[in-house]
Amino acid sequence: MVVQQARLAVASLICAALSLTGTPSAAAAELRIGLGADVTSLDPHFLNVAPNNNAAWHVFDALVHVDANARLAPGLAVSWRAIDPITWEFKLRKGVKFHDGSDFTAEDVVFSLERAATLAASPGPFASFVKPITAKEIIDPWTIRFKTAAPYAMLPYDLDSIFIVSKKAAAGATTENFNSGKAAVGTGPYKLVRFARGERIELARNDAYWGRQNGKLAAWDKVTLRILPADTARIAALLAGDLDAIENIPTADLTRLNTNAHLRLEQKVSWRTLFLHMDQYREHPPHLSDKSGRPLAKNPFKDARVRLALSKAINRRAIVERVMEGYAIAAGNLVSPPVFGHVDALKPETYDPAAAKKLLAEAGFPDGFALTLYAPNDRYVNDEQVAQALAQMLARVGIQTRVETMPASVYFAKARAGEFAFALLGWGSFSGDLALRALLATPNADKGYGAWNWGRYSNPKVDALLEQGFATPDEAKREALARAAASLALKDVPVILLHHQLASWAMKKSIAYIPRTDEYTFAHDFRPK
Amino acid sequence: MTIFIIRRLLQSVLVLCFMSLLVFVGVYAIGNPVDILINPQADQADIERAIAALGLDKPLAEQYLIFLKQALAGDLGKSFAYNIPAIQLILERMPATLELALAATGMAVLLGIPLGLWAGLAPDSWAGKLIMTGSILGFSLPTFWVGLMLIMLFAVELGWLPSSGRGPTTELLGVALSFLSWEGIRHLILPATNLALFKLSLIIRLTRAGTREALLQDYVKFARAKGLSNARVVGVHVLKNIMIPIVTVIGLEFGSVIAFAIVTESIFAWPGMGKLIIDSINVLDRPVIVAYLLVIVSLFILINLAVDIVYSLLDPRVRISEAKG
Amino acid sequence: MQRDETPLRRIAADFAESKLALSGLALLALILLAALFAPLISPQNPYDLAQLNVQDSRLPPGARSGEGLTFWLGSDDQGRDILSGIFYGLRISLVVGVASTLCAVIIGLTLGLCAAYFGGRTDSLIMRLVDIQLSFPAILIALILLALLGQGIAKTIFALITVQWAYYARTVRSTALIERRKEYIEAAVCLALPPARIVFRHLLPNCLPPLFVIATVQVAAAIALEATLSYLGIGVPITEPSLGLLIKNGFDYMLSGKYWISFFPGIALLLTIVSINLVADQLRDVLNPRLQK
Repeated sequence: MVVQQARLAVASLICAALSLTGTPSAAAAELRIGLGADVTSLDPHFLNVAPNNNAAWHVFDALVHVDANARLAPGLAVSWRAIDPITWEFKLRKGVKFHDGSDFTAEDVVFSLERAATLAASPGPFASFVKPITAKEIIDPWTIRFKTAAPYAMLPYDLDSIFIVSKKAAAGATTENFNSGKAAVGTGPYKLVRFARGERIELARNDAYWGRQNGKLAAWDKVTLRILPADTARIAALLAGDLDAIENIPTADLTRLNTNAHLRLEQKVSWRTLFLHMDQYREHPPHLSDKSGRPLAKNPFKDARVRLALSKAINRRAIVERVMEGYAIAAGNLVSPPVFGHVDALKPETYDPAAAKKLLAEAGFPDGFALTLYAPNDRYVNDEQVAQALAQMLARVGIQTRVETMPASVYFAKARAGEFAFALLGWGSFSGDLALRALLATPNADKGYGAWNWGRYSNPKVDALLEQGFATPDEAKREALARAAASLALKDVPVILLHHQLASWAMKKSIAYIPRTDEYTFAHDFRPK
Repeated sequence: MTIFIIRRLLQSVLVLCFMSLLVFVGVYAIGNPVDILINPQADQADIERAIAALGLDKPLAEQYLIFLKQALAGDLGKSFAYNIPAIQLILERMPATLELALAATGMAVLLGIPLGLWAGLAPDSWAGKLIMTGSILGFSLPTFWVGLMLIMLFAVELGWLPSSGRGPTTELLGVALSFLSWEGIRHLILPATNLALFKLSLIIRLTRAGTREALLQDYVKFARAKGLSNARVVGVHVLKNIMIPIVTVIGLEFGSVIAFAIVTESIFAWPGMGKLIIDSINVLDRPVIVAYLLVIVSLFILINLAVDIVYSLLDPRVRISEAKG
Repeated sequence: MQRDETPLRRIAADFAESKLALSGLALLALILLAALFAPLISPQNPYDLAQLNVQDSRLPPGARSGEGLTFWLGSDDQGRDILSGIFYGLRISLVVGVASTLCAVIIGLTLGLCAAYFGGRTDSLIMRLVDIQLSFPAILIALILLALLGQGIAKTIFALITVQWAYYARTVRSTALIERRKEYIEAAVCLALPPARIVFRHLLPNCLPPLFVIATVQVAAAIALEATLSYLGIGVPITEPSLGLLIKNGFDYMLSGKYWISFFPGIALLLTIVSINLVADQLRDVLNPRLQK
């Protein structure tokens, strides 16, 4: 009897112990992520900057989504096609509900587009994405048509930037209403719980979300996005266990985190490519002279041989291995490998300083010349160090290079004003032809071409190919045109391509992340391993 | 005294106007936020439209006059990046910075004056020499370096204290304070120490210097001759007479601590005003920069006024009303 | 008592009473010599980009470069020899720190004395200027100057002067206000001496001691402030780094084990500031008339 009771007691003790140490049942799974930049507002239509958009993607969806390889995927629209050259028809997803339970319909789409287009004073508005649409037509609650003035193939790309808000909740809403949560009613995988500006964003899982990964909802009940722009603070918090995952890791710390027994890394080539613009339109560009300071007879950058020589003088492998500590990929294209319009056949320029010197002599600069390289110092990964390394390499082929760096706030204004003849720029794009249009198309304010073509490279054939591409809704045909334009333009060495950055995330060993080319950090793409 | 205060306040209004003008011209000279924040896909027309929407295409004089008009009505403009009133942003962050600054000042004063007195009373003892050497170290190291060392040692290696951020806050009289809870204090220790180090060294050195001078003065000899205890001589007579330069420094330093807590706030991710201003400078968010500077100037003016009043209480030789003007 | 000693000898003798101060002086002399003769004693000219090779970057102390140069203290992320970088960087840090402090002291001293002596409107005007200057964060001034003038050492010095002078003005004014009430000033006024003479020959020497303490601290602060501006990317040009910029460059590697990039320049900075202050400390005690026994 006593033995029986004892056995029972022991058995129940063991059961209790097992239930405590066994696999966690529906214990609230929480994820704490450290973000690398401040989120200024949760109003998804106010300011088009990556940190704000990153946060918005948790609470809102767009018609078109972007997958981890920077390719378009269905979002709130299940399919889209151009029914005639100037009309796009989007079929919307049925049965989607907003966080407050109301239904998602085409009315919300129209409202969101109009709000994005008309939202008052912003230094980075979304208006450009909505501009091409001249008319919106609601066919039925789940079908909508957009008319454009001229054939425009890029509409789906533009629409992936417009978040869909609830017409009911966001009518007349201000930024404050979104920050407080009242108007922040979306269809996204998470609901907004609290926004402490400059500190953290607290989210709770939307169990009624329409999206599934491998048939499952997001893994985390509760998500805290902590805002820690200081790199050292973010890394220290991960090491101390205050965070589960972080983004934007400086190259100096990647190896250490990689070899840490409690952590793991996820990496992917980023869409951001670094390159150098060269002034090809002025006779006497500023800060360009011979080695004794006298002005040159002609502008060396106008000669393709000089541009090629400079490109050959750069040891991209050394930059990748030593400056970027291995966390970059040498670039032969303006866009990274996974991106639409990438030409595999275009390889990074080989390092050949002897050939560079020969080309310079052929072009009439046997003694080289002197120039100043300008770069921002707080914008791209290791931008300052890359600029200095470039200067070293150019000096070795006889180009006396001075380096001047400055914060981005000063840099871009001066660059736009044409103060730099030789300047570093980084560009991220979903599509090769979009990148070409902004960076290498002949500057044309009316058409909106060449807004970032600081060197004013001009090739009418390239412009023509781009125009054709933007009017071709057929993706395959458009890609061929984009590739042709890229090959044609890059043959002239209009810019000196450097490398594609690598985006990295560090996290606890028990978590995995699907790394993204667009460098976004989504809580719903983290899963326990 | 009242006339003095009123005169000061009138001058302050002039100062505020001058400051805002300086900032306007300065930020205008640097550039505009649209260049930094604009969507890369935007074309020239879009950029111009955005610039116009923010009112940045108007001539500088006109922009300033618009600002003045609105400011007199109490509206200092909306932040370009946050789209909420700039003054609200700053007032939101002020308690965090004030908390940090007060903690750092408190630490510096409560530790600095006694240590400085000790070093001044016994300058040749090993304790005195140690304190002075320590104070030299205190201001020799750049703040950001010390901050990283503190994080590495106490948060990463030893794990005693949190590596960054502010602790949980509780509302007191409508203001969110974090030092009322133990968890909050834990988050406060490292950044406050980082910020206090420099001032601590300064106060130690000033106190020591003042003490050594004062001890040689006649009034100390008389007090000792009168048979007063050492404690009373030091604690009452010496202390009172050396307070003036120390009070100046504490007053000045408090204001500058608030303004320059930027680096400490960045490293420790302390959500205060300093962090806000550096971000605003980086994107040229002019309304926030202007509002921040106006708040800081007002704070300085108040502090300077307070310091001057305390002078007259501490040293009867200084008559404030003498400052005719 | 020997009155045939010159004042200078007396000061030197008093100074030499502290062993600590003497060692500080020796260290400072060494540092100044190193800075002065940097081009002669450095294995490499770290400011000449053609001599650097990024392949030699981040090598530990004692390693050799591709061309056979030994990096006694290791190399930084651009392949710069850290020992050479320290010698050249000392030059820049010292020049920036001392020049800016000196100019700021002169300006602040003059203005503070005038404010205290003349009182009234002059006092109000100067003190309001002080308020204004103290309210401007150093970073904002530096950023504006950078946009207007471009990068450079001179601009950094200018920014540091602009940031520092008000501090001295206020402190001098507070001391001068007290001194002004004293009898020797009243006597000078009665003698109808010109104001300039009263201010500079009578008022000034008695206001100096507190200034000394603050000035020595401020040289350190100026050097550290320059390092902070460099940390934020708006200080001296990156191809000619000061000690502060070297520390900043190595900052990113502190947590990953390559301590030498930031550590050795940090030690150099520390030694420089400590030696300056040891010397200045003793000098102040020696020169202070109120401490004469």
